[in-house]
Amino acid sequence: MPVIFPKWTNQLPFLIAAGLALAGGAVTAGVTYYFTPKYSRVGYEPIQPVPFSHAVHAGQLGMDCRYCHTTVEKSWFSNIPSASTCMNCHNQVLKDDPRLALVRESATNGVPIPWVQIHRVPDYVYFNHSVHVRRGISCVECHGRVDQMDEVHHVQSLTMAFCLNCHRDPAAFIRPESKVTDLGWQWNTNADVAAEMQATNGVKFVHDWRVQSLQNCSACHR
Amino acid sequence: MRYVLLILLTMVAVVFGIAGLRGHLSRKPPVEIIPDMNRQFKLRPEAADNFFANDHTSQLPPPGTIPRSRPIQTLSGPVYPYEDAPVNTGFITGTTNFVATNPLPVTPALLQQGREQFEIFCTPCHGALGDGNGITKKLGVMPSVANLHDPRIVDMADGEIFNTITHGKNLMGAYGPTVPVQDRWAIIAYVRALQLSWLGSTNDLPPDLRAALK
Ligand code: HEC
Ligand code: HEC
Ligand code: HEC
Ligand code: HEC
Ligand code: HEC
Ligand code: HEC
Repeated sequence: MPVIFPKWTNQLPFLIAAGLALAGGAVTAGVTYYFTPKYSRVGYEPIQPVPFSHAVHAGQLGMDCRYCHTTVEKSWFSNIPSASTCMNCHNQVLKDDPRLALVRESATNGVPIPWVQIHRVPDYVYFNHSVHVRRGISCVECHGRVDQMDEVHHVQSLTMAFCLNCHRDPAAFIRPESKVTDLGWQWNTNADVAAEMQATNGVKFVHDWRVQSLQNCSACHR
Repeated sequence: MRYVLLILLTMVAVVFGIAGLRGHLSRKPPVEIIPDMNRQFKLRPEAADNFFANDHTSQLPPPGTIPRSRPIQTLSGPVYPYEDAPVNTGFITGTTNFVATNPLPVTPALLQQGREQFEIFCTPCHGALGDGNGITKKLGVMPSVANLHDPRIVDMADGEIFNTITHGKNLMGAYGPTVPVQDRWAIIAYVRALQLSWLGSTNDLPPDLRAALK
């Protein structure tokens, strides 16, 4: 009787299984690595209509965030400054610079500069800036070192897991209220001492300010 | 088996080459696969939308509307934001004369608030000491910032400084739109404190403190 299947086919089931396992593993690894806001959002850096630099204004000039983002500690929403805010200085500084043409135009005719929004939670999530900023949560926890960026990019994933990571234990992130807009601030230059001070003072602030650990769904989905 | 591995490796390399590492800078907006719940039909602040005639979602209140608000507690009783009172205008009611002194009770809390707001809004130009040596002067980009310890400004009525902050003056822009009324008076109280600390001498101290300095 002739051999229908050659000898190597004995290995075939094993090969198929191994191939599928490898391919499946690769696809799973790819999906977990790429199909997440940690990949899709982080690093988003749109081209802005005016090459405005936070590194120059907030870093080098040392301006406080609230000079421009005035509503950040009063409302849920953090505003983008109007062109007249820029013109407080740029009526004298770089008065005829072509990079600022759009700002001058907007200040005279009132048509807003079309800044591209970078951070945006889904519309079914309720977010609030003032409650965080007023409770000693610094901009740096959610936006990174904006004062060192020439162009703002998305630093944190802003997923539910990210929010909950802090809401479960705010003591690990809380800082004195006056240091909220001082992004480079730390308790101490020595990392160990700083961690210790964060631990003791964090617990103290959470107790003194009666900071809650908000984990029920209705806090953010209302 | 070798071929399978080879194909797999090239595919991994291709995906990696195209998609890159997590966190690499990208100009493209994040992909949203099913965005219908994420992006609902509702107006968000400072967005473009053709619901209103001027295509903005953030609208100015119609003329004549009064925001629902709490009165400001002044030395002469509570005042609402729409009243023609010194705290709102900087003028003595019914005249164009500036009020001489702060209509708010000057407390340590007000001075603290004033310091905070001064350091946000005024230091970039006038400097932390108010001497006109802010960072913009140091960089040489803004030569003519006023020194707040100038005798002319020390003698100025509080109402006139209020007017300068609210509407700006010559080269200084208006801070009325960004700094609320109460914060403006707090800033003025703090500016007065700065001026005192600058012009004061040890003779102003009570005798026991003066003795301690010696
Ligand atoms: C406190 C004053 C101040 C304000 C307010 C201000 N700027 Fe500037 N800006 C400066 C100074 C100072 C420089 C640096 C000038 C130089 O390099 O000579 C600068 C530089 C710039 C530049 C050139 C960028 C570069 O890399 O040198 C741009 C663009 C700019 N500003 C845009 C803006 C916009 C837009 C706003 C409003 C959101 C604004 N500025 C508000 C003071 C200000
Ligand atoms: C001189 C005015 C000015 C100051 C000071 C300033 N910003 Fe901004 N900020 C802007 C403008 C204008 C934009 C919009 C353009 C852009 O995204 O770069 C912006 C955008 C941002 C964004 C991105 C918003 C989005 O679309 O998601 C963040 C986050 C931000 N600023 C944080 C900060 C923080 C934190 C500070 C303080 C360290 C600060 N800003 C200080 C003017 C300012
Ligand atoms: C707890 C996290 C958190 C903190 C702390 C925080 N932000 Fe945000 N920020 C967000 C989120 C989330 C958004 C997107 C909100 C939305 O969807 O409108 C955002 C949006 C913004 C925007 C863009 C608003 C827009 O619609 O264009 C600016 C500007 C901004 N933040 C500035 C600041 C500044 C300045 C501080 C510090 C004083 C700060 N944020 C602190 C989470 C945070
Ligand atoms: C670094 C810490 C931290 C992060 C990150 C953070 N939060 Fe918070 N959040 C707090 C603290 C602290 C409070 C104040 C709790 C209190 O009221 O005592 C708070 C309060 C809130 C409230 C107010 C709830 C209420 O009842 O008024 C909302 C809503 C909220 N957070 C949403 C979010 C969302 C959405 C995110 C993610 C984008 C987020 N938070 C990320 C620390 C954080
Ligand atoms: C601290 C704020 C916060 C709390 C508390 C919270 N969520 Fe969320 N939730 C978010 C944010 C932010 C997102 C958006 C995530 C994104 O866009 O990546 C989200 C998204 C979701 C989604 C959509 C799926 C997804 O992950 O994108 C579901 C479902 C959800 N939440 C259910 C819940 C339930 C159920 C609870 C209560 C056990 C809860 N959430 C509590 C902030 C919160
Ligand atoms: C963008 C820079 C800038 C900022 C910020 C600024 N000023 Fe000025 N200020 C000026 C300049 C420039 C002058 C000189 C105006 C002139 O005479 O041309 C001035 C003048 C003044 C004067 C004198 C006005 C007069 O009658 O001669 C006062 C008072 C004053 N500023 C107070 C303030 C206070 C209070 C703040 C904070 C809310 C502030 N300024 C913020 C630039 C600034």
